[in-house]
Amino acid sequence: MEAEAAKYIGAGIACIALAGAGMAIGTIFGNFLAGALRNPSAAQSQFPNLLLGFALAEATGLFGLIIALILLFVV
Amino acid sequence: MAGKSGAEGGAGIDPMHQFEVQPIIELPTVAGIDTSFTNSSLWMALAVGLASLLMITASRRTAIVPGRMQLMGEMAYSFVANMIKENVGTEGMKYFPFIFSLFMFILFCNMLGMLPYSFTVTSHLIVTFALAATVFLLITGVGFARHGIGFLKLFVPSGIPVVLLPLLVVIEVISYLTRPVSLSVRLFGNMMAGHTMLKIFGGFVVGLGSAGLVPLAIAPFALMVAFTGLELLIAGLQAYVFTILTCIYLNEAIHMDH
Repeated sequence: MEAEAAKYIGAGIACIALAGAGMAIGTIFGNFLAGALRNPSAAQSQFPNLLLGFALAEATGLFGLIIALILLFVV
Repeated sequence: MAGKSGAEGGAGIDPMHQFEVQPIIELPTVAGIDTSFTNSSLWMALAVGLASLLMITASRRTAIVPGRMQLMGEMAYSFVANMIKENVGTEGMKYFPFIFSLFMFILFCNMLGMLPYSFTVTSHLIVTFALAATVFLLITGVGFARHGIGFLKLFVPSGIPVVLLPLLVVIEVISYLTRPVSLSVRLFGNMMAGHTMLKIFGGFVVGLGSAGLVPLAIAPFALMVAFTGLELLIAGLQAYVFTILTCIYLNEAIHMDH
């Protein structure tokens, strides 16, 4: 197999990181919603934590993107 | 850069062109460093200038009943001040100037990057890494200054069997050292991925329009407007996340509680 082709396949595989990020973001918002419906008065105070968790989970998906970019443009 | 600008038809999309650093005023290379005034420098200077302008006009004529500018300035101040008080405590207010400038700089860079034909400073890894490295060095410095060599106890979790300790200390040290990397890559990745996505999807809309399929392009165009709104949210959110993580790290350095 040519090295060029392997590069593109590797970049594609790196995008699987999105699966984990998607599941994580779904879990965070789903659980927040479940908790917020049980106790709506406490929901507002936990909103910053929700955003923080969202950003942390999203970052793991972006690390996959970085790997893909490195494979495409640097290697 | 907003998606629609600069895309010449569907075929000629170059989503990476918006991230190119181009010199505006050519200056000589000093000791191997190109000192040219680039579009990156221009937008960085604009971000600093506008943030300063906001705070200066906000505090120039202060009244008990605030005007529009004063209200905006006070909102920005109390937003960051509350963030520090909640996450670090009142001791953290000593570091307010640093954290406030950090927040305003990142916020203005992100928001200015949403203007069409502008340049997003924070979409370059070197910029975000410089910011994150500054935060990392400052916080490590604060930790050692306050606790001396005892700051190293941060890497030894309490209530752990002695057998596991060597492994856990190594993991703690690695996770501490990857902080500047994750902090910078998060901001850089969000900005770069978001702007590339806007550009590519915007190119589809322009391509449909230039192919004479204007009625088909209406729904995608509406979606693009929504995506631009989402990007504005991300721009604010990432500035917030960068700042709040700085606060959390600072809290660890000051109070040493795990």
